[in-house]
Amino acid sequence: MNISWYLTVSAIIFTIGAAGILTKRNPLVILLCLELMLNAANLSLISFSRMWGNEDGQIFAIIVMVVAACEVVIGLGLIVAIHRRGLPVDADELSELRG
Amino acid sequence: MSAVIFFIAATGAIAGAIGVVMLRNPFYGVLSLVGHLLCLAALFLLLNAEFLAASQVIIYAGAVMVLYVFVVAYVGGDSESLGASPGFLRLMTPLVVVLLLVELLIATLGSGLKAIGTEGAPLPDGFGSPAAIGEALLTTYLLPFEIASILLLVAAVGAVGLARRRRGFGPGDVPFDSATIAAAPPKGSGTMAEAAGDRAIVGAPRNESR
Repeated sequence: MNISWYLTVSAIIFTIGAAGILTKRNPLVILLCLELMLNAANLSLISFSRMWGNEDGQIFAIIVMVVAACEVVIGLGLIVAIHRRGLPVDADELSELRG
Repeated sequence: MSAVIFFIAATGAIAGAIGVVMLRNPFYGVLSLVGHLLCLAALFLLLNAEFLAASQVIIYAGAVMVLYVFVVAYVGGDSESLGASPGFLRLMTPLVVVLLLVELLIATLGSGLKAIGTEGAPLPDGFGSPAAIGEALLTTYLLPFEIASILLLVAAVGAVGLARRRRGFGPGDVPFDSATIAAAPPKGSGTMAEAAGDRAIVGAPRNESR
């Protein structure tokens, strides 16, 4: 398969994730859509790594996975803390930090 | 053969992504994301990234998704009714999304890279194997590797600090004072030895229903 096919799939997945982040109100689903976008970026990084024939892009993808794991842990911790304090788990209601 | 696997995996990945966005219940969304990640791992295998495909399945589809399932079960299903945001954002989203897709396709497919229409460069031996990845990670990319480890440590400490129970924080919490300590169960109770009943707990009345 040509590399361009993989890049097209990556672009479609990234767009779906962006659409989810824009429309969803549940922070859990927003985090899931963030995962979609990070994975789309990973797919294009690995496609380019295959295209050039060296492993640098794969190292980059591993670092992206580490950052994604950290982001998930902190995001889910925030959601648990919000839930414990009895606040609504809703991105539209949690707008106190809006400037 | 690889074309068939590619189209099956790509269809599965895109369907899983659409499922994450479309499904109302976050629990089904998580399951859909697991399917998406497994299909993505198949795509990684087609791109000769064996180590990354394995770590994708183990770390993402395994560990991270289990964390998601726990939090979805903890926070509960009362957020199922949350739909899309009202008003302006909902109207603008299709426009923004279509523009974003067109821009991404132009940026990647129209980039003028000659090799984009090929299957990629000829590969050296052991491309994408754990040995090759590990060697690159511990020689050329040692600094990002160490920074990633510090980042993981910071995230773990931060998550513990965020999710810790704070005394006297919410409306229903009792303040932690000497009365709370005095009301605590006697020392040694609540252990497995007590449950097994093979040791008499000093100061703990037996057969007391708590």
